[in-house]
Amino acid sequence: MSVRIGIVLFPGYNRDIDAVNALQVAGAEAQILWHEDTDLAGVAGILIPGGFAYGDYIRAGVIARFSPVMRAVADFAARGGPVLGICNGFQVLAEAGLVPGALLRNRGLRFVCKEVALLPEHLDTPFTREIAGRRPLRMPVAHGEGCYYADDATLDALEADGAVLWRYANDDGSVAGPDDAGNPNGSLRGIAGVRNAVGNVAGLMPHPETAVEAIIGSEDGLGIVRSLVVSAGEWSTTGRIKYTRPAGAGAAAGVSA
Amino acid sequence: MTAPTPIQVPLHRALGLTDEELDAIRGKLSRDPNDLELAMFSVMWSEHCSYKSSRPLLKTLPTKGKDVLAGIGEQAGVVSIGDGLAVAFKIESHNHPSAVEPYQGAATGVGGILRDIFAMGARPIAVLDALRFGNPSDARTRHLVDGVVRGVGGYGNCVGVPTVGGELVFDPSYQGNPLVNVMAIGLLEDGMLTRASADGPGNLVVLYGSATGRDGIGGASVLASATFGDQDPSKRPSVQVGDPFAEKLLIEATLELISRKLVVSIQDLGAAGITCATCETADRGGTGMLVDLDAIPRREPGMAPFEVMISESQERMVAIVEPGQWEAVRDVCLRWELPVAIIGRVTTDGDIVVLTAPNGSGALDADGHPVAGAVELARIPAPALTSEAIVFNRLATPPAKRRNAPAPGAPAETPDSLPMRGQDPGAVLLALLGSPNLSSRRQVYEQYDHNVQANTVAGPGRGAAVLRIKGTTKGLVATTDGNAPVSAIDPWLGAAFSVAEAARNVSITGARPLGVTNCLNYGDPTRPEAFWALAEGVRGLSDACIALGLPVTGGNVSLYNEAPGSAIAPTPEIGIVGLFDDIAIRRGPAFTADGNTVLLVGEAGPGLAGSEYARLAGGGDVDGPPSIDLALEAKLQEFIREAIGRGLVEACQDVSGGGFAVAVAEMAMWGGRGATLRLGVGDSPAIALFGESPSRLVVEVAPRHAPACELLARHYGLPVHALGATGGDTLRIELAGEGATGAAEERGSRIADALDVPVASLRHAWEHGLPRALGWEGGDDASDARADGAALPGLEVAG
Repeated sequence: MSVRIGIVLFPGYNRDIDAVNALQVAGAEAQILWHEDTDLAGVAGILIPGGFAYGDYIRAGVIARFSPVMRAVADFAARGGPVLGICNGFQVLAEAGLVPGALLRNRGLRFVCKEVALLPEHLDTPFTREIAGRRPLRMPVAHGEGCYYADDATLDALEADGAVLWRYANDDGSVAGPDDAGNPNGSLRGIAGVRNAVGNVAGLMPHPETAVEAIIGSEDGLGIVRSLVVSAGEWSTTGRIKYTRPAGAGAAAGVSA
Repeated sequence: MTAPTPIQVPLHRALGLTDEELDAIRGKLSRDPNDLELAMFSVMWSEHCSYKSSRPLLKTLPTKGKDVLAGIGEQAGVVSIGDGLAVAFKIESHNHPSAVEPYQGAATGVGGILRDIFAMGARPIAVLDALRFGNPSDARTRHLVDGVVRGVGGYGNCVGVPTVGGELVFDPSYQGNPLVNVMAIGLLEDGMLTRASADGPGNLVVLYGSATGRDGIGGASVLASATFGDQDPSKRPSVQVGDPFAEKLLIEATLELISRKLVVSIQDLGAAGITCATCETADRGGTGMLVDLDAIPRREPGMAPFEVMISESQERMVAIVEPGQWEAVRDVCLRWELPVAIIGRVTTDGDIVVLTAPNGSGALDADGHPVAGAVELARIPAPALTSEAIVFNRLATPPAKRRNAPAPGAPAETPDSLPMRGQDPGAVLLALLGSPNLSSRRQVYEQYDHNVQANTVAGPGRGAAVLRIKGTTKGLVATTDGNAPVSAIDPWLGAAFSVAEAARNVSITGARPLGVTNCLNYGDPTRPEAFWALAEGVRGLSDACIALGLPVTGGNVSLYNEAPGSAIAPTPEIGIVGLFDDIAIRRGPAFTADGNTVLLVGEAGPGLAGSEYARLAGGGDVDGPPSIDLALEAKLQEFIREAIGRGLVEACQDVSGGGFAVAVAEMAMWGGRGATLRLGVGDSPAIALFGESPSRLVVEVAPRHAPACELLARHYGLPVHALGATGGDTLRIELAGEGATGAAEERGSRIADALDVPVASLRHAWEHGLPRALGWEGGDDASDARADGAALPGLEVAG
């Protein structure tokens, strides 16, 4: 039987359509989880897609973190289950403190929708394991608040811990710094996505779920979606995920998860 | 505009009704209307809602088509695409609100057209926005562009519908009156098709969505239907305020209500608010309605009855519900956190009756019957407000001085003032590519989410948009086109051009155009010359649609597009949706490989008036615009669809803005490779290179397919010439024939004998033109002097 992945649906979400399609392409089963749900219906993994949760009023993700379903997601993460947040989902995870860092208004203060090149930093994580090689991945970004920010100490610690999973790349394949053409929003050190200290929760701003078929421009996102599915299958059968460490190890690495 | 205080004028005039209209209202009611009734008439008899000036013209449009499931008169046109699927689409204007408050004006323009789509039972899958402004270097224009673009993006991005295409055009005639036309497209299963008809007396009238406030009071009558001073602050309360988050909930709730068959019918609340939604649905159903004013959820206390009845508060819908379904309907709305209330009941007497209880405690009981002591505030026959609203047969007078298309073969009267003596025509091409109307729109469309929903095969920026349909081999193509410069000279011709180009942009992808939606932006219909332009525009629209076999499935008329002292160029905005049965055949406009053959199908005709070249050269007023042969255009489009269907074509671009040279330059830039071509020149190099006569295609074919493709073109009776081959990193066009070089010199043309420009320079000019024109970041880079037309002394690119 195929792996069941929960798609968290907040009022105002719109990339749930993309997420359901991506899971189908990846051969997994999608289970919609309404924002008021407190029971995760026994899903093997969680995908929080993009959109404008509760309209993103006040600040992206700030209201969503207090929703009933997010308490259940936090418990699920604490038990070691794999959780991936994309775009607004990343913002919600960051607001909830489930992944390190914060996402600020784009440099330039305008919404930006374009294709970017994404460099996977490590291929031995629950969210990159199915990516074939460290070549840049083409996929779209579409956000107004995607500028990744943390203080230097935290950034150093994240890099030392290998917690930076994806960075924006320039055309020549180099990492795109805040001012480079390949960096769509001014993210520090070109960071597009990170994981928590344990390794079972990750978020990124670009949209792998909208890049899973050649006909819609790219299938480079499929590796990330497949990685989530494989890790979820692993967790549901064995109770743990390869490439993760025991909960609490984050403190040792000096990373707040 | 002087605004006399309401104390000095009778109420009906303060509401925008004429004395003649007041008499007509008395006739309809056989009595004097009260103030509330007068307010309801004033919005429903506004030009925007009643089409009182344009209705006699619109009756002449071709609307029949075997696949048309819903047409003019419905909230949106719906066309079957086979296998139980259908596509709903419509274009609408939000010009005056955007001139008063650009962000909210544009945002609510998107919201309003989306509601028209999902009210039919279709899930919105795409938006296209056609925007027109004045001089881009003007500070107010820049303010409007920034606000409108942010508004379109702010709403469309949040509501999760991709903005996949549109237009951005600058012309001085829009200086005081910008145009914001928004087209929306939805996909539905046949079974979901829902009409806004209040059937079944005894059924409940349910209002759901946002609460009703004081925003948008009289938007239809005050803003959309009168000439106005663009900075008149007294108009600002007439602009609605949008909440895309509420709209997203409204979409999901509405589609759930329809798919679960919980409602009899649904109509969105747009212009004229509750008044319009109730009387239109009642009129379509041949019924009447009791409306309980007290039951309408309010955003603020102390609202007068007329404010509640005509408010244009956004994100509201009216559903007709069988009493047995009420609880299920309520639960769906509450699950989506939308206020919902029973505000009335469908009746048999054909009247719209507005009721209130003395203490505002509710005029209808649980079964929808008036409670004891309920007071009748208004009673109007529904048809009097809608289908039987007043109609005017306006006076149409052509302008005294008119310019006609030159006869084919006639010598070009336009002075070939560009290029100047000894000057490389490449400099003219670069100036055109970098001009405000032809340069890349990237800095604008990157502010729009154009791939949400994971259907976007071809997004904005390179010809028509293409969407796949999940779970099928089908695909949709969408485009908007409007030719105002030619319409300004000959409104019939301009409308015909607009339809032909929109259909051509669909056909060159290989798709079959399904139908036409149109937004007719014209001037004050009480001015005979302006009404003549509208009448001629509708005639051109009709003639072109008949020639191309396209039904008109809906649209919108926006009149009074005049600011003090100026009227816009007549602007027929055409939206067309096309269908692929198998999207795999799709072809784009970019060169695909080196060593392929480049064919020109069709031939250049005389006439430079209305072209971007004429705008650049400033000499366009001497001759007339090019003419169009609609029968030839139809053949051309059949040809390219068959050629693509038979796999003979690698890429195709049509000749339009900027002429042949710009069409080829785009294919080269987008394909990242050049070409070496030899172009036959008849009478004028300027016409051959930069003229915009229609019915021409540039086609890239593999050498082995070239003979078959040429043969097919001749079979369709089309002139066809092999011009050369793709390849290299420069675009070279040698001019041959009697019109070139020597011959041209004798005739006074100073054009050089060849155009030779690196593709990188083409791209540089094209990429930097718009941000430079608007003073945006990224426009300041003019390192390549030729790239921004600086090599043309004294050359001013007019907005």
